[in-house]
Amino acid sequence: MTTALTEPARPRRARQRSAFATLVATEATLNVREIVPLLWGTGFPVALLAVMGVFSSGPDKSLGGYSLVASYEPVLIAFSVATFALQGVPVVLAGYRERGILRRLNATPVGAGRLLAAQLTVALTLTLVSVAGIIIVGRLAFGLPLPGQPAGFCLAVALTAAAMLGLGLLVAAVARTGRVAGAVSTMLFLPLMFFAGLWTPQATMPAALRRAGDDTPLGAAVAALQHSLSGQWPSAASLAVLAGYAAVLGLLAWRLFRWE
Amino acid sequence: MSAATPAIDIARLRKVYGRTLAVDDLSLRVREGEIFGILGPNGAGKTTTVECTEGLRRPDGGSIRVFGIDPYADRRRARALVGAQLQESQLQDKLTVAEALRLYASFYPRPADTEALLSRLGLTGPRNTRYKKLSGGQKQRLSIALALVGRPRLVIFDELTTGLDPAARRESWQLVRDLRDDGVTVLLVTHYADEAERLCDRVAVIAAGRLAACGRPAALIAAAAAISGEGQAARSTLDDAIVALTTGRLTDPTAGDALSAALCTGEL
Repeated sequence: MTTALTEPARPRRARQRSAFATLVATEATLNVREIVPLLWGTGFPVALLAVMGVFSSGPDKSLGGYSLVASYEPVLIAFSVATFALQGVPVVLAGYRERGILRRLNATPVGAGRLLAAQLTVALTLTLVSVAGIIIVGRLAFGLPLPGQPAGFCLAVALTAAAMLGLGLLVAAVARTGRVAGAVSTMLFLPLMFFAGLWTPQATMPAALRRAGDDTPLGAAVAALQHSLSGQWPSAASLAVLAGYAAVLGLLAWRLFRWE
Repeated sequence: MSAATPAIDIARLRKVYGRTLAVDDLSLRVREGEIFGILGPNGAGKTTTVECTEGLRRPDGGSIRVFGIDPYADRRRARALVGAQLQESQLQDKLTVAEALRLYASFYPRPADTEALLSRLGLTGPRNTRYKKLSGGQKQRLSIALALVGRPRLVIFDELTTGLDPAARRESWQLVRDLRDDGVTVLLVTHYADEAERLCDRVAVIAAGRLAACGRPAALIAAAAAISGEGQAARSTLDDAIVALTTGRLTDPTAGDALSAALCTGEL
């Protein structure tokens, strides 16, 4: 006898999605339902760029020869990358672990590793969409040039994302709950964004502060993004700083991460 | 369904957390198609045993086979055959019932019909309700649906009816019987002796990480009553037997071991 409990599904439709595609679609849907973090990562940097654009008045010597809006473009790109990788991912993952969602996935043939991959896929996609949004709005609304060194720009964005994801995963590894992860990542986000120049552009920082900032991940990220936006290849030093953070933080996160 | 390969074969299982010995030299066999209960006080090692069976933990000693498969080393293959309802596992707040079921269906090669499953578990009404808004009973039924959606040969329920009202408990019991009628093996972890007595073909009693007794509920009651010298088997319940078996209120301290050996190896 077969009751409704074990009745097989009708033969699979051709459109039936794979487990990973379904996980990505589910995580994407859940991300859209969490509207506030989504707006914070995409809408806020674009809005801030628009505000800067309105107050921007041509190249400024004190900003290293850039206009206000041009000097903020790389800062806001770093902001967007850091929002998804450092503020989004750890809160979600630590929350999933806290609620036993990762453990439950590990009791299926798919495993929680695939959920982690799906979550990272969604975060990186959102990051790319908002970076593209910043570039497009900057170009169309304020006539900012497109990245002059596209390969260098892509490399700088990729390394920034890798360094921030390494840090985000490390936070997810050590925080016991989603709430703690949120607090820790905000405590990291604010000083990192300070060295990126969110409040004081790097060009106007005292020399010593700026040098210190060059060794922070987002300080190096903004320098690399700035160079590649204005047509130069990013300096080896800033790329090395980013790659170093990505490698060390990523390895630590890998070693410390627990599914339950 | 050969009688030769048991659904679960646990041999001399040992699991240590730090300095705590959670499970010690535990052996038991669950036959395909039976409802097997695991009973015992809190912290006795029930959940650890089950988590090792699910492949979520690696045993420190001994071996486990699920349909002949090592659930830790060969987890992909084993997990395709096992549906698990875990203690204290939740879902994402904003995931709806139907979305959760579709997601879990995509994990398995030959999933169940999700519509039929929703209606059997009374979840057709709240199918578009988000997890956060579900009642406790609805959450519990959804976790049962997720355990069944892969059409498993073995279902493991860890505290299936904890927190359910009496009517919902009875519905869950009927569901377990229906599963057995479909040929599914059910492993039921519980600390309700009445539940095990009504439902289980055989039960294992675990105390302090060791197997205290194992056999048909009626046989355990009779044996415990006989050994403890109370001679009231007719009026004893499985509850009495478990208390006798797990608190050492037996007249002969070695009787417990003799009992468990007899009941676990014999064809009771």
